[in-house]
Amino acid sequence: MGDASLVKSLLLALPLWFLAARALPVRLPWLARAALGAAAGWAAALAVTLLVPSGLMAYLVSFAIVGSIYAVLALGLNVQWGYTGLFNIGIAAFFAIGAFTSALVTTSMPSGAAAAFSQQAFGLGAPFLAGVVAAGAAAGLLALLVGGPTLRLREDYLAIATIGIAELVRLVFQNERWLANGPQPLRGIPQPLACLVRDPGCAGLPAPLAALFDPLTPRDYPYVYLAIATLFVIVVYLVLERAIRSPWGRVLRAVREDEAAASMVGKDVARVRLQAFVVGAVIMGLGGALYAHYMIAIDYTHFDALYATFLVWVMLMLGGSGNNRGAILGAFALWGVWTGAAFVVDLARPLLAAISSDLPARGPYLRLLLIALLMLFILLYRPKGLIGEERFVSRDSQGRDG
Amino acid sequence: MARVLARRAGGPRPSARLRRAIGSRTALVALLALVLVGLWWLAGAQGVTGQRLLSLAVRGVMLGGILALGAIGLTLIFGVLRIPNFAHGDLMTWGAYLALFGLTLLPAGQPLAPFSFGAELLVLLVLVMPLVGLTGYLLDRLVFRRLRARRVPSVILAMAALGGAFLLRSVIYLGWGADFRNFYTGRPRPAVELFAGIRVRPDQLFILGLALLLIFLVYLLLERTKMGKAMRATADNADLARISGIDTESVIRWTWLIGGGLAGAGGVMFALDTQLRPEMGWWLMLPLFSSVILGTIGHAYGALLGALVIGVVWQMSTAFLNPAYGPGVAFVVLILVLLFRPQGIFGKPGGT
Repeated sequence: MGDASLVKSLLLALPLWFLAARALPVRLPWLARAALGAAAGWAAALAVTLLVPSGLMAYLVSFAIVGSIYAVLALGLNVQWGYTGLFNIGIAAFFAIGAFTSALVTTSMPSGAAAAFSQQAFGLGAPFLAGVVAAGAAAGLLALLVGGPTLRLREDYLAIATIGIAELVRLVFQNERWLANGPQPLRGIPQPLACLVRDPGCAGLPAPLAALFDPLTPRDYPYVYLAIATLFVIVVYLVLERAIRSPWGRVLRAVREDEAAASMVGKDVARVRLQAFVVGAVIMGLGGALYAHYMIAIDYTHFDALYATFLVWVMLMLGGSGNNRGAILGAFALWGVWTGAAFVVDLARPLLAAISSDLPARGPYLRLLLIALLMLFILLYRPKGLIGEERFVSRDSQGRDG
Repeated sequence: MARVLARRAGGPRPSARLRRAIGSRTALVALLALVLVGLWWLAGAQGVTGQRLLSLAVRGVMLGGILALGAIGLTLIFGVLRIPNFAHGDLMTWGAYLALFGLTLLPAGQPLAPFSFGAELLVLLVLVMPLVGLTGYLLDRLVFRRLRARRVPSVILAMAALGGAFLLRSVIYLGWGADFRNFYTGRPRPAVELFAGIRVRPDQLFILGLALLLIFLVYLLLERTKMGKAMRATADNADLARISGIDTESVIRWTWLIGGGLAGAGGVMFALDTQLRPEMGWWLMLPLFSSVILGTIGHAYGALLGALVIGVVWQMSTAFLNPAYGPGVAFVVLILVLLFRPQGIFGKPGGT
């Protein structure tokens, strides 16, 4: 048990290390920040694994994994809406394409008895990272197809076209059995690095490292996945922060603020918008891949407009559009509200039953009501969200108003 | 923007002339005709008889009538109030569920043969229409009006509409659950022969008749009343309308009442033809917006025309395609319109 906690805390330490390093004052040299952050992060991770009861811990880990997946989606939307002002309400399309692409690329064709129940267009049996790359590429390609004809038109046309593509993608994955097992779930999506928690261990892993992961049992796999998921969030975040402070990032905001002025100084507005749309979609596709390998089995119902589009929008608006930290914060905060509300509704069951006998079974929909009200509230009273947009000019000038 | 400037500076070059020809109204009509012929040919190649295709086309006109009820309201709200109303489909659902609620309160009468519904549904229709209109207006008072006062861009209005859509849907889920419902369970709805072997259900003829009647009333309202004129003027040029002393507040009120009322009627009709589901309005949104854009935003008759085209194309595609893809077919038509003539059939050149 003691050894297992040690390994778990090491896996948990990754996001905490990053958070701690970010929280430390900028004046310190980066090496000191990294070292101090590592120490603080690991200490916190160790404390959490030792103190929190294991049942609650399992819940928290799965919460954090889903939160991280939503954070990736919200970061993708932030490129499109937050920085460039593109109104994409078909996040579900890019999310689904990413998830199914990665699933098809990494699974193998069903053989033997399974082939009678399960169909898929192809199954390459490729490694996880190949699936992730393919997922991003497929989502980017779809964005190119949708954005091409619509981005040069008035801005609300993009919204309608993205709703359309989301519906179309959902219909295809619902009805085409040959493609990804039709309305039935596509099963058996491999878990990356699952060998770490299995008995023979990973081939090619140096012996001391393999020995380190020895105490983990297959039940502890979510810890490994959490490390992977948070690594995705961190990498996407760092890349975006860098991109947004580059000349390209400035053009995005210029296009959002004043299209005519941007085109007057020689920027190809249509091209810039298409780039931002595709980049955002690629990130959403990565989120899809991350989701598929966590769920193991996916079907079209997972990519419904409520979960895959509406929640992500409210997350970004809650955290603060135009701010990558806001996108991540919003994703975790809203996912917390969403899951927390489930508990509250559960507690309120007797009260609901007193109002109407049908109501307890429909209690979960109270959450939808709550989120819709929250969205309207943010729009009306706090359009900048929790943290609001960060003002900066470039990465060299960290000053307040540039 | 840059492209428009360049084109103006260089004068009409051959490529520009070609582009204008492709983007002309005639070209769009020809393209839509080509789509219909293509559908006919595709279905014929699959061995579908002409008679069945004709039946489907007739049913498409009926579906177009329902879509038109939604699309006319949507185009008015879009054109007059500048709100891309993503809650419109859910307003239709709301109307259908309000009627369902009414049916549980009213005593069920005998069906009015040959139709499957009794007189109580007609009474409810008259009650539901203003209620849905009021719901829309309430949403405007509580949300859109405040946003308008802040002069937000139309995307923010679209986002608020999206919030409104999910708000309405959550109320429907809470009130009636997620299951399929029917206005009347267990009543047979046989199809009768119309002519030349074309079979339709009497209900569908009623739906078409009612849709035509309501559309005619909207026509009278827009053409013959002062309010209609004010609405058309606002859709055409909002600033000019305001300067000419048009009472914007009452235009807003009437636009919601009419648009919402039509949506309510459309929802009840759609539910009568198929069944009630909380998501039905959301799925109708794509055909609705396709109709509106095909017929030019703010153009009521354009929306009617667009809805008929979408309805017929949707139904005819079912001859050889899984019927579930109906909204997807509407989307393909939308993309064609956006590619060739984004301002729609009645739009002015250059205006998108």
